[in-house]
Amino acid sequence: MRAVILTLACLLALHATPSRAVQPDEILPDARLEERARNLSRELRCMVCQNQSIDDSDAPLARDLRLLVRERLKAGDSDKQVLDFLTSRYGDFVLLNPPMNAKTFLLWVLPAGLLVAGGLGLILAMRRRGADGTGEGTAVTPLSAEERKKIERLLESDPRLQG
Amino acid sequence: MIAEVGHYALVLALALALIQATLPIAGARLNDRVLMGLAEPVAVVQFLFVAAAFAALTTLYVTSDFSVLNVYENSHSAKPLLYKITGVWGNHEGSMLLWVLILALFGALVALFGSNLPPTLRANVLGVQAWIAAAFFLFILATSNPFTRIARPPFEGRDLNPVLQDIGLAVHPPLLYLGYVGFSISFSFAVAALIEGRIDAAWARWVRPWTLAAWCFLTLGISMGSYWAYYELGWGGWWFWDPVENASLMPWLAGTALLHSAVVMEKRNALKVWTILLAILTFSLSLLGTFLVRSGVLTSVHTFASDPTRGIFILMILTFFIGGSLALYAWRASALKQGGLFAPISREGALVLNNLLLTTACATVFVGTLYPLALESLTGDKISVGAPFFNATFGPLFLPLMIAMPFGPLLAWKRGDLYAAAQRLTAAFVIALLAMGVTVAIVQGGPVLAPFLIGVAVFAMAGALIDIFERVALFRQRLGTSMRRLVGLPRSALGTAIAHFGLGVCLLGIASEAYYGAERILTMKPGQSVEVRGYDLTFDNLISRAGPNYSELVAKFTVKSAGETIGVLEPSKRTFTARKSSTTEAALMSRGFSQIYLSLGDAGDDGSIAVRLYHKPLVLLIWIGTLVMVAGGVFSLSDRRLRVGAPRAARKPKLQPAE
Repeated sequence: MRAVILTLACLLALHATPSRAVQPDEILPDARLEERARNLSRELRCMVCQNQSIDDSDAPLARDLRLLVRERLKAGDSDKQVLDFLTSRYGDFVLLNPPMNAKTFLLWVLPAGLLVAGGLGLILAMRRRGADGTGEGTAVTPLSAEERKKIERLLESDPRLQG
Repeated sequence: MIAEVGHYALVLALALALIQATLPIAGARLNDRVLMGLAEPVAVVQFLFVAAAFAALTTLYVTSDFSVLNVYENSHSAKPLLYKITGVWGNHEGSMLLWVLILALFGALVALFGSNLPPTLRANVLGVQAWIAAAFFLFILATSNPFTRIARPPFEGRDLNPVLQDIGLAVHPPLLYLGYVGFSISFSFAVAALIEGRIDAAWARWVRPWTLAAWCFLTLGISMGSYWAYYELGWGGWWFWDPVENASLMPWLAGTALLHSAVVMEKRNALKVWTILLAILTFSLSLLGTFLVRSGVLTSVHTFASDPTRGIFILMILTFFIGGSLALYAWRASALKQGGLFAPISREGALVLNNLLLTTACATVFVGTLYPLALESLTGDKISVGAPFFNATFGPLFLPLMIAMPFGPLLAWKRGDLYAAAQRLTAAFVIALLAMGVTVAIVQGGPVLAPFLIGVAVFAMAGALIDIFERVALFRQRLGTSMRRLVGLPRSALGTAIAHFGLGVCLLGIASEAYYGAERILTMKPGQSVEVRGYDLTFDNLISRAGPNYSELVAKFTVKSAGETIGVLEPSKRTFTARKSSTTEAALMSRGFSQIYLSLGDAGDDGSIAVRLYHKPLVLLIWIGTLVMVAGGVFSLSDRRLRVGAPRAARKPKLQPAE
């Protein structure tokens, strides 16, 4: 069902003829600059759409932003300067890759944190099981002196082993 | 009349669900066989009533009865018959009806094929299943009635959203729901086990086929939806990390983990408590997915707040089932005995690692999808979490999983030998390195990650083959002996290898599409040509055509390779009169596993047209890979162990739902 709603939202917002994502007339003659523009476009959100980058979006706003990115690049901005410029204008909402800060700390830390916590939990669980020695398949506890004697007794008393 | 009959059938289904939700569970408590025995006939009749309601709605759509609000809003008399039928679930009310239809279907299947279950377990399972059904019947009747009439019926309907008028999207929701809702069975089994306080390896044997069947459907559903997005949305993307997609990916990840942990439980009687938790979580995520898509919370927290009836209702259902089952779990799980110890390096250990990585990946998608919603409703700050975030977090979790995947089946149960497994995988290492070398040689340059991904994909594929070769002792025995062994292999082992191979195929497609595609964006005039990867496309002319309920502008292109014409591409733009909206129909040409993808932009006044042209190498492998995975699942379902293992199996050979 993906994108149905968002495409709808975008398409309906424009009615008439949707202009497609990246138009031929937007493309910069300088291939290097254009590639940078495309890469930046994939990191930027079309703010009237749902979860679409300006590279994918058909909305007029997305086109405006694409042109803006290209203008800044032509003016000699670095990638970071372009992103900073757009963030200062539209806030973090425009970035599809949220920057790490107090607000997004949990977002970035949780995946790695969960993996580490899960891994540690597993190792501890394994250790605990191994330590109590009931495990048939885990670390085998050596036989106690008493058990050893018992086995010897049993072996000695077995008539089949008496040569 | 038909609408009223449908509506009333739903009311009766609710009444039956309430009976089924209470009496059999009470019967299981009191050990009353009559009360327990009620569950099966009631479940079957309940399904028949929902089916009647669904049939009624379908009839209203087919006959274009615009006196029914739902039909008026989503249908049109000129719409092709196929889309009149599929339009039934192309809207909120209808799709919820489809949801409960499938839920009732699964309940009826348990009733019909569950005769080998212990009576108390069967009664409890069907009871829990009816709780879910009752909640959703109430939801439909209270907030989303598809049978509402209009006082003054209009002459014509408003038509179905054009992007939905497509065969791919017609079959996507039923498949997806068969998956989502299929997990309700493992959920009901888990809750029933908690209610009984008893669980054993036999439980896993009953749950596994249901989970596997649901997983197959969900995999197909997601794959179908992705292919639809690829060809219909017109910019050639196939996965967007959109919340709606994530909503289906989360149960898939959890369900995949569940499949693997259920294996450990069945074979080694270990990981019981964890398996129960996963069964609960998997269906909870399915419910969450339904909530995310159906409540409107995704569009904006604010629209959700302005018309919250539906959202609040689903949120209540969600809280009740997730909260209730987790509370029950917290209360009763300690009563379940743990068993089956194993060393860290063992088949069990490998499956635990699989579960760790899959659940973390699932949690990552969960956090990424819900974090912006939570942040906005808590602080009012708006942030976006999009594809770059998911690629950066999901990828690093999935790659180790795929590298570890070939090792798992080569390790022994209880205690395995990692070194010996690695030795047996030597050939796979070598082939993977060769593949990376060949890739680098062909492409020369490009991103470093790309050849590595291709190496991992090839390693996974080769590893799956080696697993089978080892089992049949290929090259060590005579070929005939190996073939005999192959036939004698347990189907589940073959299924595993096939599914793992499929995942490798899928990654191969993803990597080459993502890194080695070519793109041309330009404006073309008739007669002009453009070249991409050795194919020459000539724009011949623009023509207008009329479809059943749309008009379209078609651009004709001739495709040549090495001077020879190999075909014609006809991308088009369709304008649907009823909704005054348009769609872009991309034209695709498959060459082997690769595709040429052509999509139209705006037409100029001088007969020129904007064109987006892609060459997508090996792109078809993405979906072929998922199909192979499903084939593995189906193969595993046909395993003798799942069909037999019960006294009366000979008479009722199928434990799993229909295929």
